[in-house]
Amino acid sequence: MERTARARELRLELSILGVFIGIFLIFLIGSPDTFTRFDIYYSFMSTIPFSGIMALAITLVIISGEMDLSFPSIMGFSGWVFAKLSNVLIDSGTNPNLTILLAALCCFATGIIAGYMNGTLVVKVRIPSLVATIGTMFFWRGLVNVCGQGFGESLVPVNETFLFKVFVGRLGGVVPAQAIWFLVLTAAFWLILKRHRFGGHVLLVGDNFESARMMGIRVNRIKMIVFMQMGFFASLAGILASLEVTYLWPSMGEGYLLRTLAAVFVGGTSVFGGVGTIFGTFIGAIIIGSLEGGIVAIGLTGFWTQLIYGLIIVVSLSIYSYFRRRE
Amino acid sequence: MRMAERNNAQTLVSMVEIQKSFGKVNVLKGVNFEVGKNEIVGLVGDNGAGKSTLIKILTGVHQPNEGEIYFKGEKITIHSVARSRELGIETVYQEQALSEQQTMWRNIFMGREITNRFGFLKVEEEKKETEDILRKQMGFTSKAITTDSIVKSLSGGEKQGIAIGRALYFNADLIILDEPTMGLSLAETRKVLDFVKNIKEKGKSAIFISHNIYYVYPVADRFVILDRGNVAGRFLKAEITQDELVEKMVRLAKTGKMS
Ligand SMILES: Nc1ncnc2c1ncn2[C@@H]1O[C@H](COP(=O)(O)OP(=O)(O)O)[C@@H](O)[C@H]1O
Ligand SMILES: [Mg+2]
Repeated sequence: MERTARARELRLELSILGVFIGIFLIFLIGSPDTFTRFDIYYSFMSTIPFSGIMALAITLVIISGEMDLSFPSIMGFSGWVFAKLSNVLIDSGTNPNLTILLAALCCFATGIIAGYMNGTLVVKVRIPSLVATIGTMFFWRGLVNVCGQGFGESLVPVNETFLFKVFVGRLGGVVPAQAIWFLVLTAAFWLILKRHRFGGHVLLVGDNFESARMMGIRVNRIKMIVFMQMGFFASLAGILASLEVTYLWPSMGEGYLLRTLAAVFVGGTSVFGGVGTIFGTFIGAIIIGSLEGGIVAIGLTGFWTQLIYGLIIVVSLSIYSYFRRRE
Repeated sequence: MRMAERNNAQTLVSMVEIQKSFGKVNVLKGVNFEVGKNEIVGLVGDNGAGKSTLIKILTGVHQPNEGEIYFKGEKITIHSVARSRELGIETVYQEQALSEQQTMWRNIFMGREITNRFGFLKVEEEKKETEDILRKQMGFTSKAITTDSIVKSLSGGEKQGIAIGRALYFNADLIILDEPTMGLSLAETRKVLDFVKNIKEKGKSAIFISHNIYYVYPVADRFVILDRGNVAGRFLKAEITQDELVEKMVRLAKTGKMS
């Protein structure tokens, strides 16, 4: 077995592609009517990007050797800030275009600050990230509950704005803007991980923290940035998901955690850090995001969903583990 | 005589009357130690003699309680690992400073990447330089080892070679090897010894730490024997044969005296 990085990556990405094609063939054979028409792809394109974008960001966190369980709550809270601020500004007579811009900026700031908090707890206070982010997961979710008192927020007042179209408009009337965002961000993450010094440092820090430190990499700074970008992209997902339905549910983000992580691991990124693939996460997010719709379309009931999730996760992880052991 | 040596233009680094204790334990009790330009010094002594502690003071890991350090004639303090590397002092540990799952080229340029001004890597350039280091500097001939190889797939001796090659590439003046042959097979050890000779040929200096004199003797120019925090002896290679050196070490271990 060839032992170059390129050979390893190719093996991994081809097996992910194999799993992906296999699943879509089953869908196509099981329900040719549904899967030869555009509708189902339209529905995938409008829903998959929310967790897909967070999956890209959490891939970096995992490669750096850390974990973040709080991103769905950060999505929820920063999304709430976005929606609440939009309504407050509109009510005080602010122009809708300015409103959505200010609300979005505050939402991003909230996400970045939440990520900064996670980073501080891990890097400075030295709490293992798995534990620290269980804490912040409850904290941010709790803050939505306390601030929102269980009420949602309508986003109809900003749905005629320019930024609304940029976030979740329909390109040429058919392609959801969030799908374009997902594609562009996938390319950007790939570039950063493979071709930028920062991505290189994330790999090195996750692979061998001590050696990275000895070779002069600012390891703590890298981890801080990794958590902050996670917060940022969780807040972006919050904006996209709430604008898509022009309503903020106070429970937004719940249910995203395990599916997003599943997308990353089905995509072939190692839970131990130091290696990972953005292409894999992209495909993984599509696989996980299309399963539920696909399962129902081929005539099984929704009761089957979790069973099939489980099968696919276990099978794909077994394939990757087999390759890793043979390296 | 020692004072004269210290001020000599041929001296790269000298450590003067270095004392270091951890709590109540005196690990170094006033050690004088110097390395000349283009000189390989074998630092030998039993486990626990204080060899690692002494060189960690040079690499900025520990601060001495007493004593002074001169580098290229100037008095300096080495307050951090980064500072020591800035000065041109590199350490090669057993496997420690490599990222096992990454490629050769990422390891060579770890922390010192070649980038454009936006921070994007010049991957082709890094690979080309890595290829040069592998083939020309380190003399790797095996086709199985490429710039894109994952470090995990290399043997222990080859890994040490990469670490030494990296230090040479970045123009370290002093390369410190702390037990670089620990846990290696005989054939692998031979490779590492060849890499050490390479340091000499490149005109650089090295401190080679080992408790095995049979490894140190062939490659070092001079030997310093450390014993329980004191220098117990210093010999030029010309003054002493390998067997005599071994004999002295054995006697030291038995009686606590050199002769
Ligand atoms: N960080 C430390 N804290 C306390 N004691 C130490 C520390 N580092 C080394 N020592 C002690 O100093 C002595 C010399 O250790 P070391 O320099 O590693 O010896 P050598 O490398 O010659 O085997 C040993 O007794 C060791 O236990
Ligand atoms: Mg030691």
